[in-house]
Amino acid sequence: MSEEMMEGGEVKKFLYVNRKAPYGTIYALESLEVVLIGAAFEQDVSMVFLDDGVYQITKGQDTSGSDMKNFSPTYRALEMYDVEKLYVSKESMEARGLTTDDLIVDVEVMSAAEIRELMESQDVVLSF
Amino acid sequence: MKFAIQVNEGPYTHQGSDTAYQFTKAALEKGHEVYRVFFYHDGVNNGTRLTTPPQDDRHIVNRWSELAAKHNLDLVICVAAAQRRGIADADEAKRNGKDADNIAPGFRISGLGQLIEAGIQADRLVVFGD
Repeated sequence: MSEEMMEGGEVKKFLYVNRKAPYGTIYALESLEVVLIGAAFEQDVSMVFLDDGVYQITKGQDTSGSDMKNFSPTYRALEMYDVEKLYVSKESMEARGLTTDDLIVDVEVMSAAEIRELMESQDVVLSF
Repeated sequence: MKFAIQVNEGPYTHQGSDTAYQFTKAALEKGHEVYRVFFYHDGVNNGTRLTTPPQDDRHIVNRWSELAAKHNLDLVICVAAAQRRGIADADEAKRNGKDADNIAPGFRISGLGQLIEAGIQADRLVVFGD
């Protein structure tokens, strides 16, 4: 580790992998809490949504019938936390009949092969 | 190698909690450093001393406590996840007006920043859970 990194604080590439539907389990909500708290550490943050995780950022979430908290608006606030690198799996979107028009945030669509490369380029991968 | 461990699953329900323990123990015995074990999601339930499994089964909570005592291991329970699930130390119990605490020996309660910091400090962060 260089002197400069010690003084300025080390910056690592953090990738949050979101694989689960927003409701049904608490993983998505608590994962988002990690991202928001982690933003204070000023690391190089990316998020990828795959499998049912793509539903976390779909428009029109209505939890009124289940008494769960609809936390989807929080994803739109990520930009304010300098979390701007959001990726979705092309295969996961297609399998669920979704397009980027169905999503509440701007994302980059990636193939499974591209996501593999993204993961390989990271220092820390947190999977939820 | 300097490891950080994240445990996302509760004891007995999910083997992830057992595997995390076995990995941590094996890493320490091989001479690696474990910078921190961070308990998140239902993983916080690994840190209640009220756990009372049948006599003929492994005691997951005591096992962590013993490993911590032996290796001076830093076992951190996420405060936000703990509050949702009723895990408290004396300070947390007092602060939230509860009549008791239940944290097991060797564990401490702290914030999510401890997870991020562990990710920064460690060579590898290993996540256990679904």
